[in-house]
Amino acid sequence: MFQKKTGFALLQELDVKKIATIAGFAALLFSNVSLADTVKVGFMTTLSGGAGITGTQMRNGAELAMEHLGGKLGGRDAEVIFVDDQRKPDVAKQLANRLIKSDKVDVVTGVIWSNLMMAIHKQVTRSDTLLISANAGPSPIAGKGCHKNFVSMSWQNDQTPEGMGKYMQDAGIKSVYLMSPNYQAGKDMMAGFKRYYKGKIISEVYTKLGQSDFQAELSALRAAAPPATFVFQPGSMGINFIKQWKQAGMDSVSELYTVFAVDAVTLPALQEAALGALGTQTWSPDLDNPINQKFVAAYKAKHDGYPSFYAAQSYDAMLAIDHAITQSGSTDAEAMRLVLAKGDIPTTRGLLKMNTNQFPIQNIYLREAVLDDDGVVTTKILSTVFEDHEDSYAKDCRF
Amino acid sequence: MTFTLFLEQAFNGFQAGITLFLIAAGLTLILGIMDFVFLAHGSQVMIGAYAAASLTALTQNFYLGIIFAIPITFFAGYALEYLIIRHLYKRDHMEQVLATFGLILFFNEAIRVGFGPAALHSNLPASLSGFVYILPEIPYPEFRLLVILIGFACAVGIHVLVSRTRLGATVRAGASNAAMTAALGVNITRLRRLVFAIGACFAGVAGMMLGPLTSVEPGMGEPLLILSLVVIIIGGIGSVRGAFIAAIIVGMVDTMGRVMLPVILRSFMEQASADGAGPALASMMVYILMAVVLVFKPTGLFPPNR
Repeated sequence: MFQKKTGFALLQELDVKKIATIAGFAALLFSNVSLADTVKVGFMTTLSGGAGITGTQMRNGAELAMEHLGGKLGGRDAEVIFVDDQRKPDVAKQLANRLIKSDKVDVVTGVIWSNLMMAIHKQVTRSDTLLISANAGPSPIAGKGCHKNFVSMSWQNDQTPEGMGKYMQDAGIKSVYLMSPNYQAGKDMMAGFKRYYKGKIISEVYTKLGQSDFQAELSALRAAAPPATFVFQPGSMGINFIKQWKQAGMDSVSELYTVFAVDAVTLPALQEAALGALGTQTWSPDLDNPINQKFVAAYKAKHDGYPSFYAAQSYDAMLAIDHAITQSGSTDAEAMRLVLAKGDIPTTRGLLKMNTNQFPIQNIYLREAVLDDDGVVTTKILSTVFEDHEDSYAKDCRF
Repeated sequence: MTFTLFLEQAFNGFQAGITLFLIAAGLTLILGIMDFVFLAHGSQVMIGAYAAASLTALTQNFYLGIIFAIPITFFAGYALEYLIIRHLYKRDHMEQVLATFGLILFFNEAIRVGFGPAALHSNLPASLSGFVYILPEIPYPEFRLLVILIGFACAVGIHVLVSRTRLGATVRAGASNAAMTAALGVNITRLRRLVFAIGACFAGVAGMMLGPLTSVEPGMGEPLLILSLVVIIIGGIGSVRGAFIAAIIVGMVDTMGRVMLPVILRSFMEQASADGAGPALASMMVYILMAVVLVFKPTGLFPPNR
């Protein structure tokens, strides 16, 4: 039950008796009495505009999870309502309100962007609805501003760049030039990087969120001639940045290190331009565990291309909801979150451990863009930078 | 900042401006000369980019892709005018806004249905992906140089077309008094269709030039539409010369603002607050410029002679 059929299509399929029953059900629905057994999940992501591809990956991941779970969550009938936030905080707030108040969902999940997560966090958690992030992990809600009804099935924003910071520190790179979009996650990424990288920061440049032409920034970078450059540019910003980096011949000027810029969302557009690019991530398609292999194989068969971490985390979020309901035997927010807080959640990253702020404790891998056996660009794990890495805000979190 | 870096940034600004001009040129003609509010001009950019990228993939040749894509954008504009736009000339501006906004949604969704939501692969051929030294110590991507040349050629072409040819004369005549021009035996309907298709074609060329630089994806034209509206407001609605100068100014201000403002702010502010305020202020610069122009010259810098 992923998409609502139109009323007309339904009518065509059913005979009169069934229509009468449906009318009865409809009356029930409109009077806002939800059926006790149906689990409702609101899945918020960006399906339109430039970030639409990211949202599509997330929806694909969640739908695949539902297929693998037989359309049920915790053995109960389930309905997943996908909503498009258009990458706009105000739209996200309205949608969250609708999901909580009129759809009366048990869980809100998805959410790509940190600024959108910040916009809906209070409103969802305070309504006693469980909020499970499948991507965004802004620092304010990991530390002092944490709430027991929020669980992350992705990462805290700082974690992934911390891996890069440590890798570059260990590799003995003396100085680095930083570049990231000017928004919450961009700031978190740079903060995380600097926590483990102790060399010299030559310059820290913030670009506009959604910027498409980086030539001016690249000219300034060339003039600064840093030995290494660390970049966070997610989605299509990553495509633009890496293309232009190559075209400007920057490889001969500086060594490029990225987070969230080279993955299955950007690789089909970048192709050979991305080969050799290094990045850190908590997940990779070649991660060797049964859940991940089943997920990657099924995704590739269904969608003719590699899943990205966005798809994997969305898959994980649905598995986590299933796990929570199965273990607690309830769709009550408190009961579900108590199960998740214990950790050992089956995911594409193995059994996921949980920190006290309900963010995962997980490995950070160094990945490289390579060609697979069929000549398709993908990422491969080179090494594990951190094992069981905790985020640095958990100590400030008191529920 | 050294002088060579400043020069290089000026070049970058110029290139951004030229691309913007290609989009704004058609739009200023449609808005000013035809008095038609057309918001779906960004979709023409997207159509151009998609046509070039998919034809390049089909022919395995970048140049052939471009050559075949140009007539496609022309006919896309021609067909759009014939099917939809011509029915809207007599409506008021608000209805034109609504209808052409609807077109944006339609085109974005149509592209998504036809090509999928993912960005298309559109990299440069090896022969164009290198860089040349425009000055000692300043390597510049070859393709961006080509963009400047093509943009410049288009600018000259539009100028000659509008001010030196018979067609241009009838376009200008049609703009100042459509009924009188029609009475003198000019087919005003065909004239509008032609102007519209040429405008769409230039926007399409801008899309083809942007394709290899940025990601080719649904909705890629909208941010450009907003900037090109700023350009034609600054330049004076209906003035091609104004659009050219304003596009260069906007390109320069945007580029220089982005790289210089954070540096300037950092000289008298704390690093953290400068890093926050710099990019925010830089992205406002062109709009501040537009506001200033509107205060002192409400008809734009170079309003066309009426």
